[in-house]
Amino acid sequence: MEVEKITEEAPEVKTFRLKFKNPEDAEKFEFKAGQFGEYSVMGEGESTFCIASAPTRKGYIECTFRKAGRVTGALANLEEGETIGFRGPYGNVFPIDEWKGKNLLYIAGGIALPPMRCVIWNTLDLRENYKDITIIYGARSVEDLVYKNELKEWEERPDVKLVTTVDPGGQTPDWKGEIGFVPTVLEKVAPSSKDTIAIVCGPPIMIKYTFPVLEKLGFTDETIYTTLENRMKCGFGKCGRCNVGKYFVCKDGPVFTLKQLKELPDEY
Amino acid sequence: MESIRKKAKELLDSKQVQVIIGYENGTSNKVRAAFITDPTQVDRLIYDERCTQNLAVYLVKHEVKHLGKMGIVATIPVMRTINMLISEEQVKPENVVVLGIGEDGKLLDFPDLTVMESFLQKAKIEITAKDKEAMEKLKKMTTQEKFDYWSNALETCFKCYACRSSCPLCYCTRCAVECNQPQWIPVQANKNGNYEWHMLRAMHLAGRCVSCGDCGRACPLDIPVHLLTMHMAEESKRLFGVDSGFSMKMESVLSNYKLDDKDNFIQ
Amino acid sequence: MEIEKKLIKKASLEKLFEKLQAKGNKIFAPVSKDGKTEFQYNPSYAEVTYDHIQTTQSLKNTVFPKIENLIRFKTDRSGVEVTEVDLTQVQSLVLWGVHPCDAAGFNALKSIFMWDYKDEYFNSRLQKIAVIGLSCHKSDDNCFCTSVGLNPGGTQGCDILLTKLSSGDFLAEIITEKGKAIVTEASELFETAPSETKEGNLAQVNQQFSHEKVTKNLAGAFEHPFWVENSLRCIGCGACAFVCPACACFDIQDETKGKNGKRLRCWDSCGFGLFTIHTSGHNPREVQSQRWRQRILHKFSYMPERNESLGCIGCGRCSRACPVDMNILEQLVSLEKL
Repeated sequence: MEVEKITEEAPEVKTFRLKFKNPEDAEKFEFKAGQFGEYSVMGEGESTFCIASAPTRKGYIECTFRKAGRVTGALANLEEGETIGFRGPYGNVFPIDEWKGKNLLYIAGGIALPPMRCVIWNTLDLRENYKDITIIYGARSVEDLVYKNELKEWEERPDVKLVTTVDPGGQTPDWKGEIGFVPTVLEKVAPSSKDTIAIVCGPPIMIKYTFPVLEKLGFTDETIYTTLENRMKCGFGKCGRCNVGKYFVCKDGPVFTLKQLKELPDEY
Repeated sequence: MESIRKKAKELLDSKQVQVIIGYENGTSNKVRAAFITDPTQVDRLIYDERCTQNLAVYLVKHEVKHLGKMGIVATIPVMRTINMLISEEQVKPENVVVLGIGEDGKLLDFPDLTVMESFLQKAKIEITAKDKEAMEKLKKMTTQEKFDYWSNALETCFKCYACRSSCPLCYCTRCAVECNQPQWIPVQANKNGNYEWHMLRAMHLAGRCVSCGDCGRACPLDIPVHLLTMHMAEESKRLFGVDSGFSMKMESVLSNYKLDDKDNFIQ
Repeated sequence: MEIEKKLIKKASLEKLFEKLQAKGNKIFAPVSKDGKTEFQYNPSYAEVTYDHIQTTQSLKNTVFPKIENLIRFKTDRSGVEVTEVDLTQVQSLVLWGVHPCDAAGFNALKSIFMWDYKDEYFNSRLQKIAVIGLSCHKSDDNCFCTSVGLNPGGTQGCDILLTKLSSGDFLAEIITEKGKAIVTEASELFETAPSETKEGNLAQVNQQFSHEKVTKNLAGAFEHPFWVENSLRCIGCGACAFVCPACACFDIQDETKGKNGKRLRCWDSCGFGLFTIHTSGHNPREVQSQRWRQRILHKFSYMPERNESLGCIGCGRCSRACPVDMNILEQLVSLEKL
């Protein structure tokens, strides 16, 4: 695929807009919100991340990554017009059809907004199917917030309630959002759990403290969704890395409900 | 054997240690490492000529360390390893009690580790006759013959890293082969990848290897990889006069520069 | 097809081997050297052994090589050019003298590689092998095929199964069309089946545990102290996984030389400390006991449930290869009683 456009989101975080080089591939390619792919730089290897653009936006896909290891390091060095390898889509999907007629509460932390951005745009593009949409997004600092333009767009939309927050100490003098950790802010915002689906993505520590708050707000385990991210190589249930008990994150996930998560052994 | 059990019981009963790392009977007439935490279990401990595994590998294993202060049944190569691990600050002397085993297979009394140090200064240190013979044979080969011998021997290696895992001095959580920015050593077990891995291992153990031979014993494909590190041990003695593992304050041959270091190792 | 039985005399077996070789078939057969037995490509018939208990390495290399070339690529200023590997070029291979456990091992691998997404690299190689099995007349105390539903004279996975009879001649059971084709092309070497049965000529391997019971017990054993207690001596190497005929974990790595490169699939092991580590440093299987548990659970719990096959054929290779006596049979016997 060709890197059509590169956006600098935050320090070390970039978004690539990718276009298939072969129009036939573009034609054939279909995916749904929640799925992921294997992105590669030839000679360096492959790296796994979600497709961050919505399936309702045709003609391209986007991915957002932080420069961390060998492959993401090599990806970060690429320029617009260069080529990367892509395999996918793999994994299961967010059941957005089942969510029709409900309120949606998105809770994301840090670099975990990208896996959620796909489903956020997907549901926003099908806005009439859902009732209230609330997004709570936190990052370590103002600088670390990704998709700054889109956050502005969501803030301005009357049909979306957006709450952004940064960790204490991460604010700038003109910061107008909340200050505090995501679970605390969630408790403060206290959205109703009635007819609501909560989707949570973030670092393990954030997730750990967010679930009890949601439970306190009356969310049941079946109405809380999250995504797991385990180390992967193949993406289709063979290489033996990503399994949590008998479940493969690459096949049975990455999307799990809290109910499913509670049935998994503690190995993620 | 009885004296080892008695000493082990004493150490566990008096809570001087929480675990004794020794040998017990395994399956198919093999012996294996035993971790005794209960004083009533000391009769499982044995010692005979089959007990050659270098048990010091467990002194740096997370789940064993987690058990508490360790008593360890140690033959001479194991004692030397303990000195090395203390020198390299991987083991705290106060966390280890050594149940030494002399050349005659009898239990040695080490009230503290300095006694072990002085014992080692006087001990007779030798590699097995079989290894000695193999080393001599290699030494007589021309450079090309040696290269051919090793290319051939290492080609079958499938990189299970049993040599690395069995070695108490290969304790890095991220080995150089796993450092991939850049990728120094090819991951794949092909001719080059294998050759480079074994050369790297030999160099990283140069001046540190205590010639216990456990890497070669561990290899499921019977590649005599221990001859590489044993050779490096001989070379560091020849070139720098350093024999590893005789003191708890060893200086690393390859990471210390001295003005009077010889430079005739470039051959 | 129905199994057909024939007799092949000792001398005719040599002729069959030579005939296959003369036809240009690559043959992979066990050869003993310096007290060790390993499969070797194209040995002479005189080198082939019929008396070994087990080779150190399994046969998985023939369908799941330790390095598999997935794609080739070329990168330069003008871009990237990717070339697929031509799998029609995979050579056919006759596996000779394969013990029944190993023949069954291909089915275990198949249950992984052909589960859900069909792996064409594996499949093309699998299609190209012909398995000439050899019943076991000897075993050792690491063998436990009968405890995992197999037996020393089992035909599963074989195209032809040979059993050495008391006369020194061999009973040949022709199991598949592939096997029949081999026999048809050398029909002069096969004679009418003898009255002697294979049962009297097999190794005695006693069943030591019920794998169904082990699988059942494992379902509730994730948090059991058994794993820590029984894996303290495990040093976390990959010897068990690499000699195992059913272990299929792999890594994907790129190899480059100038502008040209290959993407390779290489053997990997769930026992390695960094196998599951995330880039963030978080490791879901942080300590060795968790990794040992994964090995046993994968073979005896997850695979039966997800892949409808056990991940173990009872060959005992891992127990023989383990430098610290992590004996899988001993552990399975304990797990049955858990």
